[in-house]
Amino acid sequence: MQSESNKLLNQILFWLALGIVFLFFMFPLYWILISSFKTRADIVSTIPTYLPYVEFEPTMNNYRDVLFGGATASGEGSTVTSSADVSEFRDRLINSIIITGASTALAVLVGTLTAYAVSRFTIPLEDDFMFFVLSTKMLPPIVVLIPIFVLFSDFGLRDSYFGLIILYTAFNLPFVVWIMKGFFDEIPKEYEDAAMVDGYSRFQAIYKIVLPEAIPAMAATAVFSIIVSWNEFVLVNFLNRDAASTVPPFLNSIIGVGAVEWGRLAAASVIYVIPVIIFTFLVRNHLLRGVTFGAVRR
Amino acid sequence: MADITLKNVSKIFGSDVVAVKDLDLYIEDGEFLVLLGPSGCGKTTTLRMIAGLENQTGGDIYIGERLVNDLRAGDRDIAFVFQFYALYPHLTVKDNISFPLRAQKLPKTDIEQRVHDVAQSLRITHLLKQRPGRLPGGEQQRVALGRAMVRQPQVFLMDEPLTNLDAALRADMRTELKHLQQELGTTMVYVTHDQIEAMSMSHRIAVMNRGLLQQVDTPLNIYRHPQTLFVATFIGSPPMNIITGQVQDNTVHSEDNAFHYLLPDYAHDALVGKNSVHFGVRAEDIHILIGEDDDPDFSGEILLREPLGDETIYRIAVGGMTLSVKAPPKVVLQTGETVALKINPNRIHLFDTQTEQSLIQGEVAHV
Repeated sequence: MQSESNKLLNQILFWLALGIVFLFFMFPLYWILISSFKTRADIVSTIPTYLPYVEFEPTMNNYRDVLFGGATASGEGSTVTSSADVSEFRDRLINSIIITGASTALAVLVGTLTAYAVSRFTIPLEDDFMFFVLSTKMLPPIVVLIPIFVLFSDFGLRDSYFGLIILYTAFNLPFVVWIMKGFFDEIPKEYEDAAMVDGYSRFQAIYKIVLPEAIPAMAATAVFSIIVSWNEFVLVNFLNRDAASTVPPFLNSIIGVGAVEWGRLAAASVIYVIPVIIFTFLVRNHLLRGVTFGAVRR
Repeated sequence: MADITLKNVSKIFGSDVVAVKDLDLYIEDGEFLVLLGPSGCGKTTTLRMIAGLENQTGGDIYIGERLVNDLRAGDRDIAFVFQFYALYPHLTVKDNISFPLRAQKLPKTDIEQRVHDVAQSLRITHLLKQRPGRLPGGEQQRVALGRAMVRQPQVFLMDEPLTNLDAALRADMRTELKHLQQELGTTMVYVTHDQIEAMSMSHRIAVMNRGLLQQVDTPLNIYRHPQTLFVATFIGSPPMNIITGQVQDNTVHSEDNAFHYLLPDYAHDALVGKNSVHFGVRAEDIHILIGEDDDPDFSGEILLREPLGDETIYRIAVGGMTLSVKAPPKVVLQTGETVALKINPNRIHLFDTQTEQSLIQGEVAHV
């Protein structure tokens, strides 16, 4: 009996602790979400409100302003942000998607092939190579900001998709190479040997046997790459001004000077976070296997 | 079906790691040949060279009449069974088995038919739709065999395929594999470090050590007439007793002189010009004398008794050495007892101390 009630108590404590942690981490998201549906008056009200329909009347105006801009954006309460800025959001979002998508695809593709080569073949100075790859991650990117700025100016890479895509690819590559190498090391070489004995070339063996096995790890590295590229602020803020800039600097610009357009900022943030959530959700099964591969294989 | 010829084959990894050295080996059409040796002896490397998964650094390999040196693994018409089976986890059993046939782009109906036939003969038809990862070891083993059999290759190559099975299953699979090979008549090269597998399944055994071929012969000949000291000690359980001693007047003396043995006449020629020798005798060729009139060759003190049921193995101290002696189960002796021992003079082995080659050739040792 003692142990039965103890068990129950443990269960309660466990779920209670889990609940507290959950609330702690989820509250900022919730706050942003409800703020995006509030009017300016509700947002700046000194008494905070938490429940839509009960404590405040939700409005879609912030989303409309952010996505479609137009006359209402500069309407009542709008003090700083011009309507032109607001309508830019869609373009910026498309830029973000293009740059993040391309750089992630490139990083995962190149990184996976590199990792496979390092894992499977004897390469001179292999350890030094892998350390070099890792060492590029040891420097905070901001340190190389000025050299990159000069370099990109000279090569005409500023204000272009291509410049940011190769830059983000370079930032994500070390991570992809290391994760994927660890993963390939776990996949027995015999799979490819077997496929090659069965009459396939090495490339066919990779395509038919190794890659299907590697999808979880590729999904995991893709998610991390996406998050890095999607959120990157400093470099894009310096290198790309208008045409090829992404959402993060734009969010910064909404804050503007003087009073802050909290409602639009919240709406833009919510829109911005949705693609990442969707992608993570789609690959969630792979993700779980990808990040725990060392523990469950064999 | 095809025979396999290895001519002077060598494999050197990097600049100086010699895995296989100057290997000459002929494997007959339809033969079951086992490559046997301790880990790192070059047996797996040899198998992988035959398969085309490693390229030899010297020498030629023929499968049938074809020189296969420059052929890709997939073009050598062989099938390989791996130690860990290497079943593709994301494919069903059926897709695993049909995988090599799909590489050959056979018509779908042919593939279906052959997969079905193989599955039936291996009794795995009910598993075809499952993924291999969840199957028990024995069934994974069958699927791996199925994938090898389905392409009806010239040669089967197997790399310790039974290692991962538990003991009972392993014994079953030994019988089954042997039966299968007899039925198909396909040339089989089988790598193992397990001498029981080698002895029980093969037509011939090729014993390797440190990249060198030691001896190729039938299991019984390997056991009875080991050509090198290594083969003598590697094959047999317990290992052959080896006494390294001085030779004087055709008598072997151990270093502490606790053991001396007058060699039979037929061995005298072998000792001309030698003053030391490795003297070998198997545990079953030393007899414990109990109340017999026979005059003993030497005596020793019992250190340990290991009853195995059908026989008992005694560890007996003779001077500073420990010898293994097999006795029938009815012989029950206590630790500490002193026993008289006699060697079967027709079953002795002598090895050169320099070359470690056998000094007695042919059948003479087993009169």
